[in-house]
Amino acid sequence: MSDLAHDVDLGHHEEHESTGIENRKLGMWVFLSSEFLFFGALITNYLLYSNRSGFDGTYPAEIYDIPFTSVSSFVLLMSSLTMVLAHNALSRKDQNGARTWLFATAALGAVFLGGQVFEFTEFVVVYDMTLSTNPAASAFYVLTGFHGVHVAIGVIMLLSLWGISRRQGSLSEKQGMNLELVGLYWHFVDIIWIVIFTVVYLLSVPPT
Amino acid sequence: MTATAERPSATIFRRPKSTTGFWGWVTTVDHKKIGIMYGYAAFFFFIIGGVEALLLRIQLTQANGEFLTAGAYNALFTMHGTTMVFLFVMPISAAFMNYLIPLMIGARDVAFPRLNALSWWIFFFGGIFLYSTFIFGTSVAPVSPDGIVGNLAAGGGPGSFNFLADSPDAGWFAYQPNAGPLYSPGTAMDYWALGLQIIGLASLISSVNFIVTVFNMRAKGMRLLRMPVFVWMSTVVAFLLLFSLPIIAVALFMVTFDRQFGTLFFAPVGGGDPILWQHLFWLFGHPEVYILILPAMGIVSEVLPVFSRKPLFGYSAVVFAGAAIAFLGFGVWAHHMFASGITPVAQAAFGLATMTIAIPTGIKIFNWMGTMWGGRLRFTTPMLFAFGFVGMFTIGGLSGVTHAIVPSDWQQTDTYYIVAHFHYVLFGGAVFGLFAGLYYWFPKLTGRVMNSRLGKAHFWLQFIGFNLTFAPMHWLGLQGMVRRTWKYAPEAGLETWNVAVTVGAFTIAASLLIFMYNWYTSKRRGEPSGLDPWDARTIEWTIPNPTPEYNFAKAPVVDRLDNFWHMKYNEDEEGRAVRKPDADELIERLEYEGLNPEAPIHLPAPSYFPIMMSAGIPLVFYGIIYHTTVWGKALIVIGALVTLAALIGWGMEPLEEPHEAHDDASSSGDEDEDVDELEAEMEEILDE
Repeated sequence: MSDLAHDVDLGHHEEHESTGIENRKLGMWVFLSSEFLFFGALITNYLLYSNRSGFDGTYPAEIYDIPFTSVSSFVLLMSSLTMVLAHNALSRKDQNGARTWLFATAALGAVFLGGQVFEFTEFVVVYDMTLSTNPAASAFYVLTGFHGVHVAIGVIMLLSLWGISRRQGSLSEKQGMNLELVGLYWHFVDIIWIVIFTVVYLLSVPPT
Repeated sequence: MTATAERPSATIFRRPKSTTGFWGWVTTVDHKKIGIMYGYAAFFFFIIGGVEALLLRIQLTQANGEFLTAGAYNALFTMHGTTMVFLFVMPISAAFMNYLIPLMIGARDVAFPRLNALSWWIFFFGGIFLYSTFIFGTSVAPVSPDGIVGNLAAGGGPGSFNFLADSPDAGWFAYQPNAGPLYSPGTAMDYWALGLQIIGLASLISSVNFIVTVFNMRAKGMRLLRMPVFVWMSTVVAFLLLFSLPIIAVALFMVTFDRQFGTLFFAPVGGGDPILWQHLFWLFGHPEVYILILPAMGIVSEVLPVFSRKPLFGYSAVVFAGAAIAFLGFGVWAHHMFASGITPVAQAAFGLATMTIAIPTGIKIFNWMGTMWGGRLRFTTPMLFAFGFVGMFTIGGLSGVTHAIVPSDWQQTDTYYIVAHFHYVLFGGAVFGLFAGLYYWFPKLTGRVMNSRLGKAHFWLQFIGFNLTFAPMHWLGLQGMVRRTWKYAPEAGLETWNVAVTVGAFTIAASLLIFMYNWYTSKRRGEPSGLDPWDARTIEWTIPNPTPEYNFAKAPVVDRLDNFWHMKYNEDEEGRAVRKPDADELIERLEYEGLNPEAPIHLPAPSYFPIMMSAGIPLVFYGIIYHTTVWGKALIVIGALVTLAALIGWGMEPLEEPHEAHDDASSSGDEDEDVDELEAEMEEILDE
């Protein structure tokens, strides 16, 4: 039998991970690589329309409130810092610290979302730029809207982790949804925002 | 779970216990059962797609056919294409991947068994969602502002299948603005766009699952370049899915937003660009054709060496050629758009890029021929189908190269020549390859072999019917017969070959009846296969047939490619294979040991949450279609709540059933309390 099998007792279900990266973590990385193309397509779509001339109505690039969005971008970036602090606290077995930083991360994410709601409202009410104004506006809303949905899902996951932690008194890496996975996702959402803020807000100019 | 004896623990719902019967299938996370469900569902949709094709052929048999209305014709070719691509070939490939990848790499299951069940149920509900358009969808006659009736499809005249006109009718490619709100009002195209969105989600989840499985779960000693070619091709397909699905997801969302929320992405009236849809669709659509063909190439690369009694010629070349095809596949999409007015530079670049695909494809074809060359060929049913695959795929590949030559392509665009081409690669290629796999691995499912006389009858009838159907389409196309048109004039002189095509189509249908009869009877009364019916080479044949629930009783160790073969055979001085004297003894021992595991084997426990979660998604999507109504909004909320509740339950469910043998007793008590609290909370949520 030596040529076929050796005596690992599979009853204990010890999987060796050939890559050395834990399954769920590798899965999250693989999934995020797909997400990059999702946002890549949306950003390309915006770039295609944002400086095409001749559309009716307002172009998004004409009405950006860069100082305001800079502040909300800063808030979102800080949430990545608090996420790292939460992870750091957990790896030091500081459950209270981890819980606090998790909540802070969720709160910063929520502030960012609030900023986005404010921004959209202002664009619609004050500048009368809606989904149907022109393709550039459509592309802007759909891109930033999908990013917002991703942030919202992240906030929900963070709050669930926070709730689990409060209920159980501790977080375990064994749980299906663990802090490291949510952290990976959260950093991804932030990185995408850096690209969006740079390309869509800062570098985008309306057609002359 | 025969080999386990553990108590089910309390959870939000009682964890499902049954592993047989209806609930056993509904809650299963076993990759084999999921694979079987994928297979049957895919075959069911194959029959539906096939019947749609037959109806199309009846209409086209005569010039000026009267069998279908224009609307029904458009609906049928749209649903035929959509069904065959998304509901047949993709899921049946998924069936093979599910069933075989863990067995071929020596794993207990896939990396994420519950996610695997989730993929399957999402696909299943997605298919139902898409087809529910026949009941709920509408495709009303559009009238554009200038009074022109835009889409011939809608409404239609008197005919036998008028009700079909209420289904998606803008082609499986849904070109804009024809598929947009102006020219396809009604809800049918919303069902199409959102249905594909759901099905795509299923494929995305399984691609993540398979990638992690292949990279992390391989048996000891199974390096990447010792994996069977089928596993390699599946991995390549998983990456193709991973990178192409987000693009179609974005494109489909854009369509849905255009249709439902008034965005202007593809509406020329508001400044939108319909060509953008073509770019996005084919940026997904071309990798998609490799998603359809590569699993079949993997199957054929397994079947040919076994029945040639030779190792695969140039194993690593076949593997790298597969990866190269996938890589190049992302850079050729615009060859679908040569007639859409893209610039000459783009046409030249995409034409050249398309021709380069012929290089890795050619490598594969020569390697398959090299495998057979000088082998001791055994023409069993799977071998015949693999043989058919190589021949038919080569013809389809060659006609494909003619599309890379831009002026030639202009001549062929939207004619039956194109239809002939892609049926040669997708039916003559993918479907023949998949049938080779069905006959080859049937013993793994049932412990029996399929009747080979019926199998051969099926092959020859299908082979003749296939060529009778699709070869004449080359001529018809070159004579100028246009695709997607429900009638042709008697003066066009196209009738003779169209009769031949229809006869061929019904011949294929007859051959499939033989297959289904063979499947049904062989499952019951087929000859027992034993452990190694084909004298196979790969480790999925080192375990008993049908596959035990726990797959491997002992973790396999692999020390070379074609491990099982080398356990049975030595080489003599001239390099010929000589069967070891104790080979039969070895097989007997494997059979015994495979059925009698030494220790109880712990399997992933079944779960309710995958099916629950996937049931919520179509509800949300129904709600989006009818979001202007109150009950549409209600559906969104209900669907979201169901999904969320399932998500919470899923998150709280322990990854593995707590196991008395190696569960630390300290934590279990606390967990039960928490679970009770959560149970109460869940009831509250559900009551609201």
